Amino acid sequence: MSLKIKALTKSIWVFHVSVGSCNNCDIEILDLFTPRFDVERFGIQLIGSVRHADALLITGAMNKKSVPRMKKIYEQAPKPCVVVAVGQCALSRHMFSESYNVCEPLDKILPVDLYIPGCPPRPEAMIDGIVKLVTKIRKGK
Amino acid sequence: MSHKVIVPIGPYHPLQEEPEFFQLYVEGEKVVDIDIIIGYNHRGIEKLAESKHYDQIAFLVERICGICSSSHPYAYVLAVEDLFGGEANIVPERALYIRTIIDELQRIHSHLLWLGLVGHFIGYNTIWMWAWKYREPVLDMFEMVTGNRNNYAMFKIGGVRRDIQDEDIPLLKKMLDELTPSIKMFYGAINDDPVIKARLKEAGTLTKEQAIDWCVVGPTARASGVNIDIRRDEPYGAFLMNTIDWNVVLEKDGDVFAKTMVRILEMEDSINIINQALNKMPKGEIDANVKDVPPGEGIGRVEAPRGECIHYIKSDGTNRPVRHKIRAPSFMNVASDKVAAVGGTISDATLTLAAVDPCYCCTERVAVINKTDNKKIMNGWDLVRLSQEKTNKIKEGWPNGRPE
Repeated sequence: MSLKIKALTKSIWVFHVSVGSCNNCDIEILDLFTPRFDVERFGIQLIGSVRHADALLITGAMNKKSVPRMKKIYEQAPKPCVVVAVGQCALSRHMFSESYNVCEPLDKILPVDLYIPGCPPRPEAMIDGIVKLVTKIRKGK
Repeated sequence: MSHKVIVPIGPYHPLQEEPEFFQLYVEGEKVVDIDIIIGYNHRGIEKLAESKHYDQIAFLVERICGICSSSHPYAYVLAVEDLFGGEANIVPERALYIRTIIDELQRIHSHLLWLGLVGHFIGYNTIWMWAWKYREPVLDMFEMVTGNRNNYAMFKIGGVRRDIQDEDIPLLKKMLDELTPSIKMFYGAINDDPVIKARLKEAGTLTKEQAIDWCVVGPTARASGVNIDIRRDEPYGAFLMNTIDWNVVLEKDGDVFAKTMVRILEMEDSINIINQALNKMPKGEIDANVKDVPPGEGIGRVEAPRGECIHYIKSDGTNRPVRHKIRAPSFMNVASDKVAAVGGTISDATLTLAAVDPCYCCTERVAVINKTDNKKIMNGWDLVRLSQEKTNKIKEGWPNGRPE
């Protein structure tokens, strides 16, 4: 295992970006850090700056105003960086796919490593997804 | 003119769950002006609603906002039921009680969420962790009744989609009873703690006159002493029957402390309301099986956790609305930051901005921006004016005002 991969998969620091979601996925992400689920015991931490991030948690259907900003945020993240699409809107735009203001799905804009479906996904599902991804990266993709 | 510095907050700021952009204009430590830029979250829901049929819209409006995900569908079904002569006219009595139970449970979960965030903002992460810990049983109750932690899909035109099982009721009551002491604990903790008092008192004060001038709604207005509550002023759900005993919570100071107190007391009230509704719920049907929606216009008003939420529906007798208009409570409340935050310090600004419990998913509007100078140019009236000007310009080009 290279040093980079080791650093990436040990105590993941996540940066949470909401690009036009309904808040539910965001609340469930915050829920991960509160006593019942408490992912901080695994070293996973919500951080304030994207420049420290190992993973980006992206929720919501992207609209025209947020696409350029989202690209800028991704450029600022140190590589290698894992992009996680949380919730149905980030996966496929859900019921907003016909809207005049909503752009392409997330994976056409950024390389997505992990998809977590659900409206909103349960916190358990998110933990499960992250664990699976970490195992996969450690085995060498 | 002294030197003004602009402090940007957002759009993707770790303090906020949602994308929004504040510009604080400051002189030293003092905030002299504030500008709120939204639009990062606009998904065109009103327009989408015109392309979906009446049953689908209930699911669509549920996804306006995750925190009030029962208020929006409720206001929407009330608006459609207004076309049938009102909720009381068609909805079975048991469904009315179930609707109120879901709505009040949602109020508890929303207020606990807000309380946690305020604790986090002032650096009391203990409050954040506690509040969100006690919020989990509320989500469990939701899961028991509706099958999902958020986005309940309970509301449909003419009734509700799922019944509350008789064997669940004792369990629900037990969970509510367990929640009461923790809310009392919060009341005591926030009232007794000198640090919290020092931090929240006289921060972001909104006087009664200002509250009326800026048309704030919900707990923000009630904390300033404005006595409004849609549950009492225009009853809906179980409040229609006058069988439920409750009071509108009022405070008069208008600062963040008063807003906190209003929300804590409202949670106690909500538990009380749910308990009464569970006791008084009659047996019977939960759905009226409504078929065709008649033509006309309808309005639905609901007291969401943040205030009055209005939906307007215009129907032409087909299975899709011609127009669907939504006004969420945060639209009124966010604007009041302009008076509440200005004059305070930067360190109080975040707290004041958070104190109205802003919800930008609800409030998103679209604005047309001129790409060359980044200036906002058009709203509805500007478009009309531009259109008229163009007509006049064309006319001026023609002799006698007619084409040759």
